[in-house]
Amino acid sequence: MEEKFDVMIIGAGAAGLTAGIYSSRSKLNTVIINEGVVGGQMVLTEEVANYPGVESTKGYMLANTMKVQAKSFGCKIKSNVIINEYDFNGKEKKVVLDDGRIFKADAVILTPGGRPRSLNIPGEDKFKGTGISYCATCDGDFFTGKEVIVVGGGNSALEEAVALTNFATKVTIIHQFDHFQAFEHAVNEAKKNPKIDFIMESELREFIGEETLEKVTIEHLPTGKMSEMKIDGVFIFVGYLPNTESLKNIIPINERNEIIVDRDMKTELPGVFAAGDCIPKRYRQITTAVADGTIAALSAAEYLRG
Amino acid sequence: MKFLQTPIHEIETAAELEKIINENENVMVCCGRMGPMCIPVYDLMEELEEERPNVKFFSMAFDSPEAGVIRNAPECRGFMGLPFTMYYKNGKVAHATSSIQNRQQVTSILDAKF
Repeated sequence: MEEKFDVMIIGAGAAGLTAGIYSSRSKLNTVIINEGVVGGQMVLTEEVANYPGVESTKGYMLANTMKVQAKSFGCKIKSNVIINEYDFNGKEKKVVLDDGRIFKADAVILTPGGRPRSLNIPGEDKFKGTGISYCATCDGDFFTGKEVIVVGGGNSALEEAVALTNFATKVTIIHQFDHFQAFEHAVNEAKKNPKIDFIMESELREFIGEETLEKVTIEHLPTGKMSEMKIDGVFIFVGYLPNTESLKNIIPINERNEIIVDRDMKTELPGVFAAGDCIPKRYRQITTAVADGTIAALSAAEYLRG
Repeated sequence: MKFLQTPIHEIETAAELEKIINENENVMVCCGRMGPMCIPVYDLMEELEEERPNVKFFSMAFDSPEAGVIRNAPECRGFMGLPFTMYYKNGKVAHATSSIQNRQQVTSILDAKF
């Protein structure tokens, strides 16, 4: 089956949905093709309190509102697909899905977003859901009265560590550097919490257990010394990776795997734009993704209408 | 009483669950909350409903007392991540998973068990 659109958006996070809203409202026949869940990182956010015009909401609710809004303007959304092939050379752009469906468009907006980084060490897959978690809000109560480790040194790690002290008897933060990247107030909150311990300049090397996680191996980086620690759970917050692996040989990407764009969100390829967490920028917020998506959609419309 | 804002039909009682798994050969039930680990699985089930007519898809609220039948199932022993997802074949548990699962993980279970 083959379908042709004016604009094809790859990714349905805040940037992609916004691009979909603007593009379809400009009367451009628009499709969003999404490999993950509609809403992207937004749905991973328990509470959104700083989105202007919305007093406070859940991330999934904001994502759902954006989805409904895009659809109301006629934007088609195909999610949970697997893209096998990209062809952005030439005037007509094309993607081929693993089920054989082909989508073509005259302009493409890439908004693949990012995903939580995993540690990629032995045992991580085995104990996901039986001791390893990436969401304190979701799984914190399973660790009531237990001891847990939080891996990471950014805002998410320190804030979630403090949140986990509402459930766990002890939280140990393990971080690879001798200092934290988190904002000072987040570091201070964690440091003054009596339930939180710190192991600095160290990394986890292995998750060990039978049916559930029982212990971890830790390497102290300056000395290389390995030690084991008995633990009930590990929460991993070690940043995000742009979802650009499959685009590497198709579009110019920098050393951090981010898609290179100009101020109008244009890539080097004519008719191909990018927006959101996949492009180089300092601040990754829903608001900045929404702004990028707007610019990309307007630029794409201008490209199409000459 | 319904707790989950998803298009997937929400099972409200243990008796309803029992009836469903006994009346349908292949049943997938995602037992969770409206949280970031659960919503992607509900979304996926919504799409699979169209693609897999041989499977019936349902949700169940994790915090409902009626969901104890899933929370306390022997197949969920040691589970510490939402959602708890159950796959029933002819009324019996064929498989169970803990935490978020992607499309490939879910479809491989559906292919293998159903």
